[in-house]
Amino acid sequence: MQSLPAIPDIFKLKRGAGSPRSFKDALTIFLFLLPALVLFLLFVIYPIFQSVYYSFFDWKGFGPAEDFIGLGNFKNILGDKVFMIALRNAGLLIVFSLLIQLPLSLLLAVMVGRDLPGRIFFRTIFFMPYVISEVITAIMWLFLLNPNPERGFINAVIVAFGGEAQPWLGDMTLVLPALFIALTWKYFGFHMLLYMAGLQNIPQEIEEAGRIDGANSLQNFFYITLPLLGSTIRTSVYLSVLGSIQQFILVWIMSKGGPVNASETLATYMIRFGFVRFQLGYASAVAIYMFVLCLTFSLIYQRLTRQSDYLTGL
Amino acid sequence: MTITRSRPRWNTKKIASRSFQYLILSLVVVIVFVPIVILIFGALKTRGEFMTQPYVPPIPPRWDNLTAILTKPSYDFWQMLLNSLIVMLSVTFSVVAICSLAAFVFARMEFRAKGLAFNLFTVGLMFPINIAILPVYFVLRQLDILDSLLAVIIVQTAFQLSGNILILRGFFTAIPAELQDAAYIDGCTAFGFFWRILLPLARPALGAVAALTMIVSWNDLLVPLIVLNSDKLWTLPLGTMQFQGQYGQDLSLVAAFVALSALPTIIFYLFAERQIVSGLTAGAVKG
Repeated sequence: MQSLPAIPDIFKLKRGAGSPRSFKDALTIFLFLLPALVLFLLFVIYPIFQSVYYSFFDWKGFGPAEDFIGLGNFKNILGDKVFMIALRNAGLLIVFSLLIQLPLSLLLAVMVGRDLPGRIFFRTIFFMPYVISEVITAIMWLFLLNPNPERGFINAVIVAFGGEAQPWLGDMTLVLPALFIALTWKYFGFHMLLYMAGLQNIPQEIEEAGRIDGANSLQNFFYITLPLLGSTIRTSVYLSVLGSIQQFILVWIMSKGGPVNASETLATYMIRFGFVRFQLGYASAVAIYMFVLCLTFSLIYQRLTRQSDYLTGL
Repeated sequence: MTITRSRPRWNTKKIASRSFQYLILSLVVVIVFVPIVILIFGALKTRGEFMTQPYVPPIPPRWDNLTAILTKPSYDFWQMLLNSLIVMLSVTFSVVAICSLAAFVFARMEFRAKGLAFNLFTVGLMFPINIAILPVYFVLRQLDILDSLLAVIIVQTAFQLSGNILILRGFFTAIPAELQDAAYIDGCTAFGFFWRILLPLARPALGAVAALTMIVSWNDLLVPLIVLNSDKLWTLPLGTMQFQGQYGQDLSLVAAFVALSALPTIIFYLFAERQIVSGLTAGAVKG
């Protein structure tokens, strides 16, 4: 193939290399992958390496990065209390999601089940918040969470039941639960959809056999349905954890990470240092930490669950 | 002899459990609708009415806020709608074209670095745009394309590749290999097979990917927020956020703007629900 050197070796066919047919195929492979590869390498892979480079500098973003400080940024980040709050909040969001949001979605999926009349209606309604943009979700929940019970619906309901109006987004302990409520409103339908699809794949005969063998519906659920739903649950947990780590828009609009950094997330922390304070070297280091966190989690999780085909939740 | 499957009988226990199911599910329906309904109520009220009685139905409905947003040039609603449309259509077209080409190669052809190239794309799944936005910003600045719709289109497309290549690869793999062999025997080229046989067969899959991409692109705020400066280029989500910041005191006007910007998504969703659902579940659930 010396006369045709234009195509990199790696795109050549495994077998039968050398015939004109295989050259044509190699050309097809090369050209078909080219647009995806160029875009992906330039805008996804290359930025990772560039960020690693900038993270070693104290750099304000103007002119070339010259003030090399080695691992200084990485050390300073770990020494920053606000970063630790962001990390804790990511952890709390993960715990809330796994303990509340996902079981709730699963419960609803089981309730809607396979044959409930009107299941498509419920699915359509429950999934709707997922397609409504985060901006709109955030603004709607800003209305609902208004601290004044005459303006904010949530407080009005609490007062109507004899409770006390809460400041929600203005309170350092309530802000994260308040954000979590809005997040759950938006995302429970997505997880429910996954579980519904997973349930659809479980043959009804297995559950019927369980019933005939005398299992009640609770036993049926815990010993038959749940284990068979394993791969779907693992996917939904995976997506939920990755989503919690990178939460941004909803928090940015609803609380801006406040009050006093109480609802800071890793992404709001990075954006604040990158685009508000223009400490770009420092923010790059934050991005690297986030990337390493996601990567480590993904690899360990895939190893533990022996499943390597998780897809994006978009 | 035929065996009929035993049907659950309609006893009281069954009726009680069904009623309980419907009760809970209806409650959730109400919870889903509360924010939306309050938003729509607010959009149809005057500023004063929204302040004093935000939850009662808007009787009579006031259309002033909605017409103001649709007609007042300084609100720029139509310009933002147009910008969002340009971005969404370009991204969707690019994603479908680029991903189906790549997915075809990964599903249907063998070459030495296939595993390596495929793993490279899966890295993209662990590097979502929320984390990557700062690094990507540097690259856009070097290319000197900040503050342009082109930059938004390129970045959104690049970050939609990994997931959609995987989804399409799954669909393409499911198409029988015999078809490909038959096409090759009849003298079809790889591209010919891809273009004339595979793509028409995969139309539902392409529809799913397109619908998902449309939603993601239409709703994206982060990329326009970081990339765009000039208000003439703002997309609808960015414009909505800025509008809320600027007119935040006038709650009913904000509600009207938000309701109008949510409308296209909801209408689109009701028409394309099947595609969206099949795309998502194909992506995340294995058989």
